[in-house]
Amino acid sequence: MSRGDNSTSQRNMIQAINSAMDVAMERDENVCVFGEDVGFYGGVFRATAGLQEKFGKTRSFDTPINECGIIGVAVGMAAYGMRPVAEIQFADYIYPGLDQLVSEAARLRYRSAGEFTAPLTIRSPFGGGIFGGQTHSQSPESIFTHVCGVKTVIPSTPYDAKGLLIAAIEDPDPVVFFEPKRIYNGPFDGYYDTPVEPWSKHPASEVPDGHYVIPLGKANIVREGSAVTMLCYGTMVHVTMAAVETLGIDAEVIDLRTLLPLDIETIEASIKKTGRCLVVHEATRTSGFGAELAALVQERCFYHLEAPIQRVTGYDTPYPHSLEWAYFPGPVRLRLAIERVMEDVSGEV
Amino acid sequence: MASDTPRRNLPPLELYVPEPKFRPGDDADFSDIEVPPAGETRRPDTADDHGDMPDLAYGLVRVLDEDNKAVGPWDPKLDADTLRKMLRSMALTRAFDERMFRAQRQGKTSFYMKCTGEEAVAIAATFALDRDDMCFPSYRQQGILIARDWSLVDMMNQVYSNKRDRLMGRQLPIMYSTKQGSFFSISGNLATQYPQAVGWAMASAAKGDSRIAATWTGEGSSAEGDFHSACIFAAVYKAPVIMNVVNNQWAISSFSGFAGGEATTFAARAVGYGIAGLRVDGNDALAVYAATQWAAERARTNKGPTLIEHFTYRAEGHSTSDDPSQYRSANEAAEWPLGDPIARLKNHLIALGEWDEDRQAAMDKECAEQVKTAAKQAEKNGILGHGLHHPLETMFEQVFEEMPWHLKEQMQDMLDENEAANNVAKTR
Repeated sequence: MSRGDNSTSQRNMIQAINSAMDVAMERDENVCVFGEDVGFYGGVFRATAGLQEKFGKTRSFDTPINECGIIGVAVGMAAYGMRPVAEIQFADYIYPGLDQLVSEAARLRYRSAGEFTAPLTIRSPFGGGIFGGQTHSQSPESIFTHVCGVKTVIPSTPYDAKGLLIAAIEDPDPVVFFEPKRIYNGPFDGYYDTPVEPWSKHPASEVPDGHYVIPLGKANIVREGSAVTMLCYGTMVHVTMAAVETLGIDAEVIDLRTLLPLDIETIEASIKKTGRCLVVHEATRTSGFGAELAALVQERCFYHLEAPIQRVTGYDTPYPHSLEWAYFPGPVRLRLAIERVMEDVSGEV
Repeated sequence: MASDTPRRNLPPLELYVPEPKFRPGDDADFSDIEVPPAGETRRPDTADDHGDMPDLAYGLVRVLDEDNKAVGPWDPKLDADTLRKMLRSMALTRAFDERMFRAQRQGKTSFYMKCTGEEAVAIAATFALDRDDMCFPSYRQQGILIARDWSLVDMMNQVYSNKRDRLMGRQLPIMYSTKQGSFFSISGNLATQYPQAVGWAMASAAKGDSRIAATWTGEGSSAEGDFHSACIFAAVYKAPVIMNVVNNQWAISSFSGFAGGEATTFAARAVGYGIAGLRVDGNDALAVYAATQWAAERARTNKGPTLIEHFTYRAEGHSTSDDPSQYRSANEAAEWPLGDPIARLKNHLIALGEWDEDRQAAMDKECAEQVKTAAKQAEKNGILGHGLHHPLETMFEQVFEEMPWHLKEQMQDMLDENEAANNVAKTR
């Protein structure tokens, strides 16, 4: 695949993720990938396609349908000295493996005072927008940001996905890497009312062929602006951009990329510049990551704020199947929230 | 809630809730437990297929007979020196437990767990393993460390969470961890170490290493999902792992029936997974050694995992926080039909003419002295109730390899709080 340091190829997000594992496995023979359907078939989303053929069955293999086993085995392998990259087929299925991640992987370094570590990566497609119903659409990221000892990473573009995943695999700590499956196959145009063009046909973008990393904990200012700061990640970056462009508003859009550790400096600087803050995520609202963001902004930037912080989120219901486009935060929900956050203290728009 | 719909004339269903055979005030009588004669159980070749030995999951491997002789095909034929070393490790573990139990009662630490009556399970198994085989223990296998000659002072430092505790006072007492000793960090979440041991063993196999893994869990926590996850992974990948279930009859106050022990043996779970399963007299050090040696040879020759049920009895409470007199018969331990593991090994050595009561008494005294000396040394490093032994900053270290900003900020908050409290705790 690699054609030298400077070469690039058109890749959609899933191909970029595939390339990340390919590059990581080539550079370090301790990297191995596994999960349900991951080996011979290459994963139901094709994220691991070709890896077994190239690296052999001991480095890319299928597993039983058993998330507790997948993550528990990954902890043991990592403790041995390997760099396991385990796939949980859908984030909705991560719960049976939660204890191994939350109580074991996350705390192993701490409780053994650094003698044992668990440098593992758990990859998992998350989020809605593909008619996945309430078992294939959830966004459980805030569960992991609440845990001490796990890093949580969410890319929004093919380029970021590859660089962040390589960084996650090379990271000495356990990383949960949530992949927004709505935009696996190309940049999503962000309009919930016009996804008539099959999303699988969306174009790819230029991604380097070789090794590069995007450091964990660094946000990306997707669009500079001075009127309002929009904090978002994953699919919502594209929804936010679509709303901003449609409304012609001078918003600063920040793609967080990593929820933990969070790039607080970039957030703070932006809010102090714009004086307004809108948080956008697809996960349910109550105790969602947006609550943490709003609290942080309030604690640090209260005297710079000119309006209450607004949240645009999914609703506090299970993800509905047929009504998912009413659930999915889209540009209209953003427009209404932007109108609220742009109100002056006097109440005038 | 009964249904409003008219029912057919059927007898009412009944929910069965298991109940142990004896409760406080009852005389324990274990005469219904089937104890096959020592030496009777066959010993298959370690290369045999797991499918050809289901009977072993329902039997009981025993080596030491009623006359304290080692008999039958499982006799590991250990030399007298090894037997004496094993006996000493077991006696030392018991002495260690006694001392630490008292230390807890004296308020020197918060908590302790003895392994009284189960010493053979950890120690004889450790003697049959190589020192660099990775052990994934539960909380009653302190004997592994003692059998590996690990420093008693180091163990006590951990129990006391004192300034020399390598785990920086972060773990509950008895939750030891040492990579150098190939002893994996103990978790209070039960059975989590099972899939981890399988993963470690899979990695060892994938890397072409020669080390194997062994793990232990109680029969109670064999009900956890992790146990079954581990079994399926171990079976599917033929992982070089030994999975021990310590059936000591009690999980705090729940008897083995609540883990499914009334329906079948714990070793029999192996059969359904396509794993070799052995049920072993856990109070017979030679049987435990032989079973572990057999399983280790299978693992090392890529014949896959073995599940060993150690049939034993928890002679003491679950922990210092437990009062077993509230839920079980007082004479159960004394009536246990498989005896005491230390007494049985001692009597075997005496029967061989390699030991006597005087030497045993002298050794017990020596062990007590060794433990006492170690405890004094450990107590010089501090005990739990006396101050905060580690600099405050250590609380925030090693959550991640590098400390992120939010932890740095919280650390500063803590230091400010300490200053406001007139620097009650030491800092770096």
